[in-house]
Amino acid sequence: MSNHIQTTHISNKGEHTMTKPHHYSRRRTIGAFIAVGAALTTSGVVSSVASASGVDEFTVAVVMPSAANDLAFSQSMIDSLDRLKEDGSIDDFVYSENMFVVEDAATAIRSYAEEGYDLVVAHGSQYGGSLQEIAPDFPGTAFAWGTASDTFGLDNVSGYTAASDQGGYVMGAMAALMAEDGSIGIIGPIEVGDAKLYVDGFAAGAVSASPDIEVGINYTESFSDTALAAEAATSFVDGGATVLSGTAQMVVGAVGVAQERGVLWFGTQSNQTELAPDVVVASQVYHWEVVLSELIAGVKAGALGGSSYDINLGNGGLVIENNPDYEIPEDVQAAADDLIAQLSSGDLVTGVAQGGEAEDSTAASEPEGTESEGTESEGTESDETEPTGTEAAETTAAADTTEA
Amino acid sequence: MRARLQLDERLSGPLVAVAAVAAAFALGAVMILALGAHPWEGFTALLDGAFGGQRELADTATKATPLLLVGTGICISFRAKVINIGGEGQVLAGALAGTVAALALGDLPRVVLVPVVLLAGLIGGGTWGAIPGALKAYMGVNEILSTIMLNIVAAQVVNYLLRDPLIDPAEIERGTRIPQTERLSVNADLPNLLGGTRLHLGVVVAVLFAVAAWIFLWRSRVGYRLRAVGSGPDAARYAGINVPRMTMLALTASGAMCGLAGAILVFGSESHRFVTDGSSTGFTGSSGFNGIVAALFGGLHPLWTIPAAALFGGLLVGANAMQRAIQIPGSLVIALNGLVVLFVVASVDVRKRLSRASAKRAALATMADTG
Amino acid sequence: MSEFFTISVIVATVAAGVRLATPYLFAALGETLGQRSGVLNLGVDGVMLLGAFFAYWVALEHRNLWFAFLAGAAVGLVMGAVYAVVTLVFKAEQGISGIGVYLFGLGFSELLYRQQVGTPRPARSLPDVRIPLLGRIPKVGDMFFNHSLVVYVAIALVPIAALVINHTRFGLNVRAVGETPEAADSMGVSVNGTRTATILLANMLAGVGGAALALELGTFQQNLTNGIGFIAVALVYFGSWRPAGVLAGSLLYGLLTATVNQFKTLGIVTGGTASLATAAPALLTIVALVVIARRRAEQPAALTLPFVRGG
Repeated sequence: MSNHIQTTHISNKGEHTMTKPHHYSRRRTIGAFIAVGAALTTSGVVSSVASASGVDEFTVAVVMPSAANDLAFSQSMIDSLDRLKEDGSIDDFVYSENMFVVEDAATAIRSYAEEGYDLVVAHGSQYGGSLQEIAPDFPGTAFAWGTASDTFGLDNVSGYTAASDQGGYVMGAMAALMAEDGSIGIIGPIEVGDAKLYVDGFAAGAVSASPDIEVGINYTESFSDTALAAEAATSFVDGGATVLSGTAQMVVGAVGVAQERGVLWFGTQSNQTELAPDVVVASQVYHWEVVLSELIAGVKAGALGGSSYDINLGNGGLVIENNPDYEIPEDVQAAADDLIAQLSSGDLVTGVAQGGEAEDSTAASEPEGTESEGTESEGTESDETEPTGTEAAETTAAADTTEA
Repeated sequence: MRARLQLDERLSGPLVAVAAVAAAFALGAVMILALGAHPWEGFTALLDGAFGGQRELADTATKATPLLLVGTGICISFRAKVINIGGEGQVLAGALAGTVAALALGDLPRVVLVPVVLLAGLIGGGTWGAIPGALKAYMGVNEILSTIMLNIVAAQVVNYLLRDPLIDPAEIERGTRIPQTERLSVNADLPNLLGGTRLHLGVVVAVLFAVAAWIFLWRSRVGYRLRAVGSGPDAARYAGINVPRMTMLALTASGAMCGLAGAILVFGSESHRFVTDGSSTGFTGSSGFNGIVAALFGGLHPLWTIPAAALFGGLLVGANAMQRAIQIPGSLVIALNGLVVLFVVASVDVRKRLSRASAKRAALATMADTG
Repeated sequence: MSEFFTISVIVATVAAGVRLATPYLFAALGETLGQRSGVLNLGVDGVMLLGAFFAYWVALEHRNLWFAFLAGAAVGLVMGAVYAVVTLVFKAEQGISGIGVYLFGLGFSELLYRQQVGTPRPARSLPDVRIPLLGRIPKVGDMFFNHSLVVYVAIALVPIAALVINHTRFGLNVRAVGETPEAADSMGVSVNGTRTATILLANMLAGVGGAALALELGTFQQNLTNGIGFIAVALVYFGSWRPAGVLAGSLLYGLLTATVNQFKTLGIVTGGTASLATAAPALLTIVALVVIARRRAEQPAALTLPFVRGG
């Protein structure tokens, strides 16, 4: 029994239905917003703090699809730019991270170009279509796009790729030699770009070292779903895998599983030792600065683009960094060193190429399968062991892109 | 006496709204400070990036366009008391339909192709909204469940299509296999309205549809019936209104608006391709969710959603600019977004109470005058 | 396909399914309680993310998993208090305020992670605990009785929740408040008080669900949950607002996800089909709901409606 006072209020019928805000005046609300906004804007306060270069400074802006500290793709670029800044090749750089919305990234690229940065890096293969449209509007700005080798026939766009299949091949071989009786599990994000190269290379290397070994591949269809990666790793281990590897920022989840279950891990893109010091054997680290410095030197000399670059074992753009606390058996290390030398010199080719089913455009990509050899057939790409500064063989690509 | 009361009421509404946003921004400023950056710099960069020039205004308008359309759809569905959180999936469906239309009919002249792809967007999104509509109307499946699930399905179907049937043939040739379509027919490009900016026809289309929605809801018999269902489904049923059909219509119409937004996103984009990063938000930019917020800011009224979407679009564009300018993590922007939503949503009631209080005062004053 | 139908694979898949279902179960049970009292919380995913981060952080700094769970629960309670104020005091539109909570949780968890932790660092994760006796049953034991403690807690919560809702005074209040708040109010039940309690509990459980996820993985990343909270809300509808139904839905979803993953592991689906397969759990959940022709309960009559006395 309640003895409070019934409040009388002048209400409309709306109390027990969805809140219908008839009562407040939207018109005035909006007006107030605009007034405040206009006042602050027209008072002429501030332009962007991170404005473009001073007269002699070389400034770089990079747009990336994930976090700058993801210990994977995006971080590899940030680390490289840090090194370039340290050695003086560039004076400063800014970045936009987590640009997974492609259109937002396009806006960022265009904004950076307008703000006058000397080099704008679109660090993500999904940005290519946008870059293709933006770059022609800024003939005085240098653009770089990765991982891809297409420069759209534009002379202010450079492409950069990573021959991640090379390091993958080496580590795959190591994995096969260290797997004992178990199988190998590889966890990938989406089957594209350097991820696909790495996965295929790893599988190829494993099979070349141990032809009967079982290699499983699981593409989680996401670059960021850590839980899925962990699940993938768990089922591999449950199924008998003793070595795991994978690429993209979601592998953190998989590494955790490896650590927990005592399964070996090989990493790529960044040095992943700290993730699991007990089980990480080695990581293929991307040293983009090896090609970026060349690219930047070219820009400074007036060649804004038109070439594509590749980091690989031969030019030191890819470095396999071992976990100092993990004892790699001598014979395995010797085999690895041997492979590195062969791949670097071009004596050996991984046999992996982008895509691969160039002729068969109707089939879905072939199942990698459990007994995969992983070797794709010849691709149309130039092979990975070429040194940097490959002239863009993309004249074919140029012919494709009909400019609007 | 009366004049003063009127003045109070006129101020209380917008003041509360501004206060809400200001409160959210104040918290945001604290966060920025904690990150070691300068809030003032940040916020002025935000405003500058959103409204500071012709290009910025164009960017804001372009960003606001899908928000407006999704928001308009939400206005329609909420009026029928149907919650449509399937916007993400419906945007994708519309984008897909428009893309397929452009791929198939790319040779049509621009005057024809542009309306065709936009229409395709409407149909695609409408279909993706009709599914949960039918499930709810005829099988009692709750729309929250079906729309959430269909969002997931849409994202994966798009992934599959972009990697195989619809992939740019040049990608296969080149072997890179980036999941994107080819550069779609030039004739489908949304015409640019202002040279040197990204402002395109989609903005006008969105505004037109918002107006059309208003006309539909308040000036048509069907719209009346829809709103009747929202006010009270039982009363509506007694009045002979086919409630299931209205429910389905609400979701279909809402989906169609989202689908149109999706088509505009494709054909007004920088790349003029259908491309994403594997997630739905990589393409939609969360407009399926943000549109709901825009509709709220507009009081669930299509016409007021227009400026609301513009402001919210400005917030999003400006926030990205702020992130670039003072180099703060993008996640702060997202958190700030959430705070703004929470504060404004909460302030609706405060405004109502204030206006009620002042109305009460007015009534008492009248009584005092006459009594 | 035949590779799937081996005993060991099936056992592993079921075990994984149970494990995967756990975060969904926590969050969905909480949401069930809240919705039974008439409150919709769409921001569950955001609360889970915050719970996940704080649990991860505590586990990282203090290496004590119990504290980590408490941290997750505490964060959930705090967010619950916020949501209670927004929903009950300010009577905000629940569908939309939920999205505000989601966005805030998404951004803030990531921001904190960025600032406090930086790079991915592994934390202790939950050890599996084999239940004596039951755990030794061949095959079945591995499927159901060899999991981390949180899994058992989550499953135990199901009958507890059912008990509370159906057989306690509090549960009676909850149901009354969710169906006919005016009547409940006139009987002296504090509508907003009851709702406050359910909101706090619901969000606490969401925080615990997030903590469970983070500690199971032993790590945190931006958007770790990737939509689990939203799916959990959907599962409440699937389960007709009954804890047992929610359990069924969570298990179904977890099992389907585990199966798809296993198919990929075994190479049964690859390439483009893998994308479609990833959508299978979502699609099949809808189909299951449609096909299972059981009496579907009506949603609580007062769901999403703010209560105002005398309206």
